[in-house]
Amino acid sequence: MRHANRVAATAAVLVLIATACGSSSNKSSSTTTTPKVQQTIGKGEGAVSILAWPGYAENGSNDPKVNWVKPFETATGCKATVKYFGTSDEAFNLFKTGQYDVVSASGDATLRVVADGDAAAVNTKLLTNWNDIASFLKLKPWNSVGGVSYGVPHGWGANLLMYNENVVKPAPTSWGAVFDATSPYKGKVTGYDSPIYIADAALYLQKTKPALKITNPYALDDTQFTAVVDLMKQQRKIIGEYWSDYLKEQDAFTKGSLVLGTTWQVITNGVQADKSSPPVKAIIPAEGSTAWSDTWMLSTKSKHPNCAYEWMNWITKPDIQAQVAEYFGEAPANLKACSLTTNRDHCKLFGASDTSFYSKLAYWTTPTAKCLDGRTGVTCKNYADWTAAWDSIKG
Amino acid sequence: MIGTGLRRRISRVLWRRPRLRLGLLLGGPLVWLLVAYIGSLIALLVTSLYHYQDDPTGLVQHLSTSPSATNYRRLLDQHVYRDVAFRTIGAALTVTVIDLLVALPVAFYIAKLAAPWLRRVLVVAVTMPLWAGYLVKGYAWRAILDPAGGVLHQVFGHSPGFGLSGTTLTLAYLWLPYMIIPIYAGLERLPNSLLEASTDLGAKAATTFARIVLPQLLPSIVAGSIFTFALTLGDFYMNQIVGGTTQFLGNVVYREFSANLPFAAAYATLPIVIMVAYLLGARSTGALEEL
Repeated sequence: MRHANRVAATAAVLVLIATACGSSSNKSSSTTTTPKVQQTIGKGEGAVSILAWPGYAENGSNDPKVNWVKPFETATGCKATVKYFGTSDEAFNLFKTGQYDVVSASGDATLRVVADGDAAAVNTKLLTNWNDIASFLKLKPWNSVGGVSYGVPHGWGANLLMYNENVVKPAPTSWGAVFDATSPYKGKVTGYDSPIYIADAALYLQKTKPALKITNPYALDDTQFTAVVDLMKQQRKIIGEYWSDYLKEQDAFTKGSLVLGTTWQVITNGVQADKSSPPVKAIIPAEGSTAWSDTWMLSTKSKHPNCAYEWMNWITKPDIQAQVAEYFGEAPANLKACSLTTNRDHCKLFGASDTSFYSKLAYWTTPTAKCLDGRTGVTCKNYADWTAAWDSIKG
Repeated sequence: MIGTGLRRRISRVLWRRPRLRLGLLLGGPLVWLLVAYIGSLIALLVTSLYHYQDDPTGLVQHLSTSPSATNYRRLLDQHVYRDVAFRTIGAALTVTVIDLLVALPVAFYIAKLAAPWLRRVLVVAVTMPLWAGYLVKGYAWRAILDPAGGVLHQVFGHSPGFGLSGTTLTLAYLWLPYMIIPIYAGLERLPNSLLEASTDLGAKAATTFARIVLPQLLPSIVAGSIFTFALTLGDFYMNQIVGGTTQFLGNVVYREFSANLPFAAAYATLPIVIMVAYLLGARSTGALEEL
């Protein structure tokens, strides 16, 4: 009996400690810090840990000819470890741990990362390529707070509609192809496995159902959101599988178990490079596209800040930007890269310097209760709502 | 270096105080167990009572730590979470039954019929897949299940494809060794003379199995089922590989983890409750001694 009491007392103490720790850490994360930036790039720490979208930090292991990580290591002495992620949520969760020095964050992760206190303000004077970055990408709402930049832009591009040319006839021209409940390709259609994919349905309805008055696919009020989620639920019935692992989609299109759905250029390139795969094509449909605009961000908990700056400077160098942009299939942020691409028309193809084209795409942004399209007097659905909706869409 | 005198003194103190000796021996692991294990469980339960609130600006959300049942209410109100939970439990039960049906004859053959040398080979063969990576086996099953020219499609002309049945099959394959090994161990302890006596008394094979083997084996079966059931209940990644559009409890928890941590915590308490109930049930059969 005395034993039992002692065990109970110990447990009670531990509970108190656990709850105390819990509440104190919550407090520290909610306080806002005044941004202090690094003043110089000192001697490298010999290592850097990179969290990146697939294809952004290639070290030759996927394709021996595609390698800009090894040259970085040779040039700076910073040994790079690279971890790829499949969705912005995954990036957010991983970056939060503080194990990574830099992350290539899309617009639907950047503000969350900053709000969580995980990203450090950067000193643009230390960024050697800052002046060459397209001005429409710098100090934007998704990569800066109060005029302070939280990273350096990497590049941008659109989510595309990929289809198997042997099977999908006639060739699709509209996103309607993936939302058609009576699709003849039922079971062979794919979608991106993330709440942010809901924006694809919103964009489609913005263009095809003017009565809903959607002006920004990331700013949806109750009525609009219900319509969009209903469309997604209808779409689920024709989906064969969702993807977030880019290699899985590549594999499925190569083998032919998927024939139609949203993709990234880098995946299309992978399928097309495989001689055994059927012919595929990727297009921006008539409605335009959702898109991403990525920023390299620095961790507040970085153990290798000097090497992290070295990496940000390396990955924004014109020649490296040209390589990444062509390999991934996107517009480079550094416009000097445009004269260095193997395909001289690459930048024209991806509209790299075309401000009006850039503004036509709907970039991933974290939805907030305050409507992002400027509407007042109405509450929009925030990212937690989008996530809850994604739970019920998948059912 | 500690002097000989001091060392003697320490050993004398320890010899006189057996409680202190035990405390020093078990103290470290016990603290670790309480803090890391029980502590994280408590943290999970506490977190599940928190909830997020929109900031007046509507731009960010703040974590409110005043206890509320918001998350649990949402779990009860929205049927999707019930559906997902039942689907996951159903898959865990199906996997357990498939594994049991396969493991019984296999384990019986290994323990009672195979020659001693073959027995060793077979035990190694059964455990061999555990050496291969989870992802490797997952992607191998992707190649097997692929509806467009996978192994099953080529051999039988039909494949269940990617979906719930695909995931269930794959998980049944993954956890099979965890069912075979305890049953094999249980059968090895079952004296052959019992089987012979039953036959001598005129019992048919089915009667012997039902009245002699099964009751003796029940604890082993329950022990194996704890593994197959718990591992399936907690699995979420196989759905990403062969699940098509299927989601399990773990997929929802993983997704909500980044958007709404308290809700993820609330949902994660469900498998804990299920497993505690399962283990309590298992204890009454004496299966926990078989683990």
